[in-house]
Formats: sequence, C-alpha cells, structure tokens
Amino acid sequence: MRNQFAETVTELARTDERVVLLSGDIGNRLFNAYKEIAPERFYNCGIAEANMITMAAGLALSGFKPVAYTITPFITTRCLEQIKVDLCYHNLPVILVGTGSGLSYAELGATHHSCEDIAIMRALPNMTVICTADTTEVRLALTEAMKVDGPVYIRMGKKNEPNVHCSDPIFNIGKGISLTEGKDICIIATGNMVATAMEVSEQLLEKQISTKVVSMHTVKPLDKALLMNIFNEYKHVVTLEEHNVVGGFGSAVAEWYVDNCRHYVNLLRIGTPDRFISHVVSQQDARKKYQLLAEPIADKINKVLEKEKI
Amino acid sequence: MIDIYRLEKKARQIRGQLVETSHKCHVPHLGGCLSCVDILVALYWQILKIDPEEPNKQGSDKFILSKGHAAHALFTTLAYKGFFDRQLLDNYGGLDNPLGEHPLPNCVSGVEIATGSLGHGLSFALGMALAAKLKQQSQKFFVLMGDGEINEGSVWEAALFAPMHQLDNVIAIIDYNKWQATGRSAEVMSLESITEKWQAFGWEAMAVDGHNMEQLLLTLKAAKKVKGKPIAIIADTVKGKGISFMQDDNNWHYRIPTNDEVMTAKKELGLIK
Repeated sequence: MRNQFAETVTELARTDERVVLLSGDIGNRLFNAYKEIAPERFYNCGIAEANMITMAAGLALSGFKPVAYTITPFITTRCLEQIKVDLCYHNLPVILVGTGSGLSYAELGATHHSCEDIAIMRALPNMTVICTADTTEVRLALTEAMKVDGPVYIRMGKKNEPNVHCSDPIFNIGKGISLTEGKDICIIATGNMVATAMEVSEQLLEKQISTKVVSMHTVKPLDKALLMNIFNEYKHVVTLEEHNVVGGFGSAVAEWYVDNCRHYVNLLRIGTPDRFISHVVSQQDARKKYQLLAEPIADKINKVLEKEKI
Repeated sequence: MIDIYRLEKKARQIRGQLVETSHKCHVPHLGGCLSCVDILVALYWQILKIDPEEPNKQGSDKFILSKGHAAHALFTTLAYKGFFDRQLLDNYGGLDNPLGEHPLPNCVSGVEIATGSLGHGLSFALGMALAAKLKQQSQKFFVLMGDGEINEGSVWEAALFAPMHQLDNVIAIIDYNKWQATGRSAEVMSLESITEKWQAFGWEAMAVDGHNMEQLLLTLKAAKKVKGKPIAIIADTVKGKGISFMQDDNNWHYRIPTNDEVMTAKKELGLIK
C-alpha cells in the first residue's frame, strides 16, 4: 500500500501545485519519483511529528494541500494535540496518512502497533477517517480526500496486502462498497481486514452459508443508509477490523445501532482484544494469536448460526 | 522621525484599558498581558505591514500570538488599532461576544489562529513561512511566545526545523518575563542561557529590553533585514509591567483588580489625575 501511496501522491502533485508532501523521516527512496517532479514541495520534517502537523496546518491555511506521512502511531497518537487543535479545531484540509496500521508492524513490538488510532481519530470533530483495504482503495481514497475541505486521516497497511478489488469500484467517501452478495449473514469489514472477510465468506460458503461482504472504508462519517439496509435485511451482522474492539469501527457501528435500530440484530464485533502483545511475532502470528485469521472467524460465525438453529 | 512618546502613550492607554476591562469583565492573565503590551504596540504601530481594514490581503505580514492567554492584550491592541469596534471590549467574554480568554479561530478581524494550548504558534508560522517561500512572497511572520511556553518540546522541534530551511521570514519573539503559572521560570524549568540556546539552534538571536520602545523598534527593524536564518528576539520584560503593585507579582496571573486598584493603576499610568 505504501508504494501505491507514493505513486498516487506523486501523480496528484504533478497535476496539482497545491500538493505538499511532509514526511516524518521514513520512506527512504519511496519518494524519489515525487522529489523529481516537485522537489520544492517535499519536506522531510525529521522525527518531529508535532512540528510537522502544525506546519501542515500553516501550509493549509495558506492555500496548500499538505499530505503528512509516517508510521501510524506517530502520525496519530504521538501528535494528537496538534491534530485536535491545529487541524480539527481550525478545520483545515490536511491529509494524514499512516502506514503500517493495526498489526502490520507486529514484529516491531507494541510501540509500533496501532490498535487505538481509529477510536481516537473518530472522536475528533471535523475529522474524516478512512481505512483502506488494498492498493486500489489507497489510490481512490487519496484522490477523493484531496477534495475534502477539512482534515482526513487515511489508515493503510504496509505492503503486499492482497487485492480485494479487481477493478475500480465506485469510491465515494462515506459510502461503503458491497463486494459479495449473500443472504445469511453480512460481514462489514474495514481496512486491512477486508481481504480476510472475503476469505471468511469463502469458508462459510463451504458450509452452505452465504455471506454479504462490505468494505466500509470510511469509518467517519459512517454510511448510515447502507447500515440501515444491512440491519433491516440481516439478523446477523459482523464487524471486522484490525483494531481494538474498544472504540473502533465495530464500536462506531454499535453506537449507530443503539441510536437508530428499533429491532434486534445480533451484532458480532471482531477485532483485537484490549491488551498489548507482549512478545515479538509476525503479523500473521499476531493475527493467529488474536484469532483474526479466516478460519477462527468463520468458526465463530458458524457457531453463532448453529446456536440459532437449536 | 518616529514619535516614541506617542507610542509610549498608546501603550499606557492599552495598559489602562486592560486593567479596566479585567475588572469589569473578570478577565484574568493581566500579568502576562502587561508584559507584552510594548511589544504589541511596536509591532502594530510601526513594524507590521498589515491593513486593519483588510488584514488577510495577499502579502500582508502575519502576527501569531502563541501565548494565547495574552489574548486580552492582543484584542485590546487590535481594537485600538482599528481592526474592529472598540465597543466589543465593553462586553468582553459575554454571550455572543467573540473575545474570550483565548482566541478562537477567525474570532475577529486580524486573528486567524486559535491558540491557548502552548507551543503551537511557532510551527504554524513555519508552515505559513514555507507557503510564502513557495509562492515567492516576501512578507514576515511574527510569533510571540511566553518564556514558560518554550518549555514545550514542540517549540524545539520547530527551532530545529526553521534554520535548516533558512526561514528568514520568521521572527520569534519571546516575552521573557521570568514567571510562569506557578513560579519563577528559573525554578520551574530554567531557560538559561536563553539567547545562546537559540543561537546554538542556528537562529539569529537578539536580546532587547522589551519595555524600551526605541530599542524594541531598532531590534525589530534589524530583525526584518536578517537574511538566511530565522530570528529569535529575547525581550527582557517584567510581568505586570507598568503598574507598581502588579509588577513582578505572579498573583496577577489570575487575580482580578478591584475598582480601587483600577483607579490607582490608571493614576500611575497618567491616564487620570
């Protein structure tokens, strides 16, 4: 996803002179193409995220379209004060792009994990929160985010994530994308868990369970119309994210459900548990430990449906 | 020939107004407001290229009050300079009045940025200064910070960045009144040697008596001519300056003056007999 980000931001900077890229001393060589076409509009801000965010605010106030990029924990919680006060309070069009979200950097330890960023970013007024599922969504989200007149946070994985879109879907911020249709259950996934949701649906199909899968790339604002359709149509809805179940995408859906739904729907929220991973593992092993691989998720869903039959 | 006396008189009037409004509308932070009045008068009457009728005109100089708790001093200065109706001061902090203890975004003409949380203004100025360089505009960006404020780490992130990019369009002024909220700056988080610190970070650092109008003007004018690096002006000031019983007394960080104290203050300032 990060290579796609570099490619798209370069493309955008080529056609729009307002684009300025700020990086927090990561992406060695990643931005070489960008630096060739717009060297004067690239700043390596060093390992100084607070200053980077507020400078982006100053640039935005002067008519530029800054894009600030670094590893997710450092572009969100590290400089939260600056995001809240300088970007959100002033409602300035700055795009924050976090790479290595969720457990993408599992092997680097919990300092580099980000399983609270969705919760925190979506609590900020004026902020738009987008979690991208694959390179296609990265490209489309960044392009659309340029049109938003306020701060946008784009949450990405790292690299080599499987593609969920084989062609360009219609991508609008705040509108979910239905990937498969099914009648028994609906899985609404966000970001780097959408591919897993697709795998889960295949595994469920082997058990004659047909699943609708939605990529809900925009966590804020939520696609309320789509949620209403889903909750009217399905008795079982699952949310899926690589993020703490506290406050994340599933919580956002649960809040919407409590406020808007007058009938019972079984909502199963799947994400990371509310604790740190205390030892070093690969992303795959971290997902295994947290039961975020397709098989345990499919089992969990299957059990819920089995219970209903009894 | 600049009429220094006229500027000093303006500063005394603004100090009198601050004390009066503070009493009438219960506005705190008098000490830190009084310490920066002379700086504000020097900037707004002589240094800033800014039209009170059209402060956001392309190419105008910008002033950012990073020590947002001195909003009262900024608003009073702007009102006296004609950015907005002085009558707004009568109902300071009232319902539907845009003037508060800290500035809100675009609250009045001449104020774009909300401050109050410390350590943001300098980075804001850096962003605007980068933008001006990209647009090849030559205006200057002035930032006023408190000495307590520069405890914040973000200030030193900005302090590292600006010389690296030769941002000679940024002029940071530190209101060095040697007090912060709960004590002497030297006892809370010592800043010495403050001028040398900024020099060591690659800034053109200048020390000045922040209450000597003539020196202030000379220093600010010299700052505007510096090429190739950002400028830090360490303004030696006194918290509560201008009113004998407030000077260097940190109680006036929060205290509101009584009616008698307002009268005494105005007499001392030569505004009434």
